[in-house]
Amino acid sequence: MNPDYLDFEQPIAELISKIDELRLVGNRNDLNISAEIDKLSAQATKLTSQIYGKLSAWQISQVSRHPKRPYTLDYIKGVFTEFDELHGDRHYGDDQAIVGGVARLNDLPVMVIGHQKGREIEEKVRRNFAMPRPEGYRKALRLMQMAERFKMPVITFIDTMGAYPGIGAEERGQSEAIAYNLLKMSSLKTPIIATVIGEGGSGGALAIGVCDHLNMLQYSTYSVISPEGCASILWKTADKAAEAAEAMGIAAHRLKELGIVDQIIDEPLGGAHRDFDAINESVKNALTQQVDVLRQQPIEDLLERRYKRLMSYGVQA
Amino acid sequence: MSSWLEKIVPKIIRSDSERQSNVPEGLWKKCPKCSSVLYRPELEKNSDVCPKCDHHMRIGARRRLDMFLDKEGREEIAANVQPEDKLKFKDSKRYRDRLHAAQKQTGEKDALVAMEGQLEGLPVVVAAFDFNFMGGSMGSVVGEKFVRAANRALEKNIPFICFATSGGARMQEALFSLMQMAKTSAVLEKLKQQGTPYVSVMLDPCFGGVSASLALLGDINVAEPNALIGFAGPRVIEQTVREKLPEGFQRSEFLLEKGAIDMIIERKDLRSTLARVLRKFVNAPVS
Repeated sequence: MNPDYLDFEQPIAELISKIDELRLVGNRNDLNISAEIDKLSAQATKLTSQIYGKLSAWQISQVSRHPKRPYTLDYIKGVFTEFDELHGDRHYGDDQAIVGGVARLNDLPVMVIGHQKGREIEEKVRRNFAMPRPEGYRKALRLMQMAERFKMPVITFIDTMGAYPGIGAEERGQSEAIAYNLLKMSSLKTPIIATVIGEGGSGGALAIGVCDHLNMLQYSTYSVISPEGCASILWKTADKAAEAAEAMGIAAHRLKELGIVDQIIDEPLGGAHRDFDAINESVKNALTQQVDVLRQQPIEDLLERRYKRLMSYGVQA
Repeated sequence: MSSWLEKIVPKIIRSDSERQSNVPEGLWKKCPKCSSVLYRPELEKNSDVCPKCDHHMRIGARRRLDMFLDKEGREEIAANVQPEDKLKFKDSKRYRDRLHAAQKQTGEKDALVAMEGQLEGLPVVVAAFDFNFMGGSMGSVVGEKFVRAANRALEKNIPFICFATSGGARMQEALFSLMQMAKTSAVLEKLKQQGTPYVSVMLDPCFGGVSASLALLGDINVAEPNALIGFAGPRVIEQTVREKLPEGFQRSEFLLEKGAIDMIIERKDLRSTLARVLRKFVNAPVS
């Protein structure tokens, strides 16, 4: 089994490994096998679009967590220029599960903040698997309030399983940190654009997700609890995660239908990790356009719209 | 209590309703903490606080409001907001059926009841969660009723008090329930901007999406004694960190020590203490 491919992608992986074998053979002798390679490549593309044309919510959830998927720092590198990372909450520490700093989108100064997963095991641990502690949220808020003072739009990237459930996190006020961000972001006097790039896990995601415009990448998810968590509580077994994912409607297209998400950013065939350049370009185009629109609105109108949007969630009788 | 809740809420939180069932319904009730068998009318007179060990037992939302507000001049807010099942959510049971069962059991439409009234003569708006209604979980109706209650307080510029007890977000409403955290927090920002006081009273238990939004955003945060309050439940934390939790972890007294709450108030003193505090916040004369 090829670890770069998910369970349901294994038929594609088989074709790809055949192609790789042929290429090796082709390198060793002068046989003309390029026609065969082209044929197999076309097949692989067709198979990928077939599989990706009908992904279940649970499969999308797996794509959203793919270990090769681009993370916040990849977008920072590919979409922005002149990123200067800023550290610390000024009270306790610097939580590396959230990164943030000033950068330029085209030429415009912006504040970029996002959850950051790690690639290698050392980095995963250092970043606590992108599960922030209170100081991560407090750092994020500090940067947002600074953006407000210096009139920079805030651009956030959401990619977390959730806020960290740890002893220290509780002692230092995890609930308060999240709640206070929600409160302050509702009235922050600068445009906020949030983009779910991978997993949008619960309050830990929302704590940097209150916004004027919400994007989701095509294969990202956003939910109140993980499919496994929901399944183990409501179905009493984590094995029912697929059912839970479906029932909660965690995938981008479903949430767009429900009116919670503003825009879906399409991913390259087979997911964002198959083509970083392509996804960077799509994200950059979307953000550029959204920043332009939001910056033209008088700040009072922007805040009124944001408030109405927040009040519109759920029941209004 | 609904069955899914038993799974997420650790035993220690559940003990009230569980052990209670060991004693026949009727005139007697066993204290879940000290196991004293208590005469129910006496217990009720004592606001459901054990006279032997001072354990604060759980009470429903309506009873809470009844105990807290003056008898005269109460008006319920947004009484008719009904839950709906937008997602047609179904696990082992349909969400619709769970809602009906909870409504039948509690006599409430959803997990929050709100009223305008008076506290020792001071006009206030009060909201209370009902833990018996699907674990006090916050869905769209809870969010909407909370906002309407807060709006009443804003319009009249009178203090808003919320009694929060909840297992967190309501999973059956998926992302709509998550968004209630943002919705309720946003309306509290309006109160802060206007200078309308908001007091959050946390009760046993108070977790998840409710604690990470409206419950910890009070100008003043208070709790009843020995209430279990936190973001993640103790069992989840224990499984994550794989170490024993410190003594008294996530109890009111722990939160006070860590600086998360302003004071712990015994149930019998809630009316008088909050009235005295709030009269200063709205610059009302000594009563």
